[in-house]
Amino acid sequence: MTTHTGPHPTRRLILQGAVSVALIGLGNLPFAPVRAAANDKYPEEAFKLKNEADAIKALYGRTAEPSDKIKLDAPEIAENGGVVPISVATTLDKVTTISFFVAENPNALAASYKFPDGTIPAVANRLKMAKTSNVTAIVEADGKLYSATKEVKVTVGGCGG
Amino acid sequence: MASSIRVRATSNGDITEVQTLIQHPMDTGLVKDAKGALIPAHYIRELKFACNGRDVFVANWGTAISKDPYVKFSFKGAKKGDDLKISWSDNKGGSDETTAKIA
Repeated sequence: MTTHTGPHPTRRLILQGAVSVALIGLGNLPFAPVRAAANDKYPEEAFKLKNEADAIKALYGRTAEPSDKIKLDAPEIAENGGVVPISVATTLDKVTTISFFVAENPNALAASYKFPDGTIPAVANRLKMAKTSNVTAIVEADGKLYSATKEVKVTVGGCGG
Repeated sequence: MASSIRVRATSNGDITEVQTLIQHPMDTGLVKDAKGALIPAHYIRELKFACNGRDVFVANWGTAISKDPYVKFSFKGAKKGDDLKISWSDNKGGSDETTAKIA
């Protein structure tokens, strides 16, 4: 019997160590992206990224799923890429942010809006588009990400041609 | 100097609709002037709307927002006569603010 007590404490220590490492790992993963999105500071890095997927990742830390509860209103054809009226509205609950991405622009992220409690989850603005591109609206609702995409054809560039 | 911000905030009972137009060049830093020199980036980064001491809408903007930006949103919890404070700051340290009465 006494010979068995020797290895037991070490094994327990190793197990405890593994458990606490796993807990720390689990604890960090879900919180890191939430912190990124809830950050009050201007998302400088996300605005600098060229690629749409990278910018979404930098801003939210995860990917969005398409949703038919988002209504993205944009023209089929924009004659002037410098001023493209785009609006979004959603019936999703607990919306905290809405962001606009233009995939083919030099920097994909165009704007990110925060919606405190009591603000209706809809916004209209005007974006510049370098050329024909998909426009994506990402809605963060109840901690999840949803998206809607529409292609806008641009006949004159928005960057001074 | 006249304010760079023009606001129309109208209350419809419970909901206040806010339309804002700001005068700003919103230069991307990618466009060249007539002499071929790059026009440096100059754009609004943050725009805030506050009513009754709390933020009701915050915009973070990049260079892809059109010149003389326009934005429209609606919020609940304000009534006619309340003050709506609007402030923006740009990448060159410029800023402006104004207060509008909700009509």
